Amino acid sequence: MRTAKLQAGHVHMVFTRDGKSMPVLDDISLEVAEGEFVCLLGPSGCGKSTLLSTMAGFLSPTSGEIKIDGEVVHGPDPRRIFVFQERGVFPWLTVEGNIAFGLFHLTAPERRQRVDHYIKMVGLEGFEKAYPPALSGGMKQRLEVARALAVNPDMLFLDEPFGALDSITRLVMRGELLRIWQAERKTIIFVTHDIDEAVQLADRVVVMSARPATIQQIVNIDIPHPRDISSARYLELRDGIFQQIGLAHKI
Amino acid sequence: MIVRLRPIALIAVLLLLWQFAVTRNPTHILPTPWAVATGIGELLQHGLLLKYVVASLFRVTWGFALAVLLAVPLGLIIGWNRRANMALNPLLQILRPISPLAWIPLAILWFGVGDLAAIFLIFLGCFFPLLLTAINAVRGIPAVYINAGRNFGLSSTALVSRVLFPAVIPQLIIGMRITLGVGWLVVVAAEMIAVSSGLGFLIVDARNAGNRYDLVVGAMVIIGLIGLLLDMGMRSLEHLKSLRWSYSED
Repeated sequence: MRTAKLQAGHVHMVFTRDGKSMPVLDDISLEVAEGEFVCLLGPSGCGKSTLLSTMAGFLSPTSGEIKIDGEVVHGPDPRRIFVFQERGVFPWLTVEGNIAFGLFHLTAPERRQRVDHYIKMVGLEGFEKAYPPALSGGMKQRLEVARALAVNPDMLFLDEPFGALDSITRLVMRGELLRIWQAERKTIIFVTHDIDEAVQLADRVVVMSARPATIQQIVNIDIPHPRDISSARYLELRDGIFQQIGLAHKI
Repeated sequence: MIVRLRPIALIAVLLLLWQFAVTRNPTHILPTPWAVATGIGELLQHGLLLKYVVASLFRVTWGFALAVLLAVPLGLIIGWNRRANMALNPLLQILRPISPLAWIPLAILWFGVGDLAAIFLIFLGCFFPLLLTAINAVRGIPAVYINAGRNFGLSSTALVSRVLFPAVIPQLIIGMRITLGVGWLVVVAAEMIAVSSGLGFLIVDARNAGNRYDLVVGAMVIIGLIGLLLDMGMRSLEHLKSLRWSYSED
């Protein structure tokens, strides 16, 4: 058993809106190991993004606690970066400026080197001086991932990062993310409502119920990368999750 | 090119019609464009026009600059702080619809007849719209930008200078453009009452000192042209490369 990077213990979250209380997270307990790639999978609006925001420290749970490296999370931290689809890139900064955003504690040459390295890694060479509105959705997404990786965090939280991309770009981006994950061994928690995406990427898929979200099942994806998405094991795992969620996979 | 010349052609046609109509039916209710042009020439010769334009611009610059310096930081703070916003909003909503001209008696009482009173009135005319623009701009910043800023471990001051401020700049520039126009409207009215120089004073003086309506209309034309130039100047700020994002995306 690898050491636990993140531990969620009996996390409850209740939102109050117009005087009514709405339970969003119901007794979530989960451990994520160092270097693990975990997908939180569930229907839209089930509260999985709320869980991710809570893990990242943007929200405080109503009760229960989130621990990372054994310490209770009290707020966001540059060691753990949240990637907000492509909407989080700063439109007033160039590609370079965005990647350098979190590197203010470095000297100028170090910063330069770091920025160049990640521009290359995500394939944005030639766009260093471009502003985000001039980039495509996929490029903005890679830019935001590069900005996150540049500060060398040990965890990444990704909230449906590829949801707004077209299906071809999405496939390419999944490959890129796996390549980066294998190269840098970050712990990744990835929210998605796409069953295929979850089975293609994750070490473990956490299947969540509709609101209030509970953990229905945790599925180990025991297929080595690169994964053959037409293999019998892949289809078996995927169909198992389909059934778990209560969907027949015939349309 | 032809399309660009069209508005100028339209103005020329209207001027000709105006000239023609007034010469055909001699009247005292409107000077001819030619009389207006000679009037402006006369003012130029006496050095009055330049003096008055400078006087008006001087007052607008001070009133506007003071309003920007005070309203923008204050607006950012109020917009950022929910409690301050809730406490101050009703007061601002009451003060905002009061025309700056309604303050003229108090301005003269407090600052006497002179530049200070006029500057104060322009300041008031610019201050409230700018303050509300700044407050709304901060409140409209998408939460993702603020969360991203916090995530990278920025201190509060860095969050203000590196996220809040750049995020609101485009809206502030639009607000400043509108507000400068307001300032230019207010200066004319303020100068009619509170001072004895400037384009507003020129209008009142030309009438009182001999019914020189050619000079009245001449001053109006100059006010219009300078207003146009001020607006074009502010608009050129909107085309800065690092600001273009706000206009190209939703």
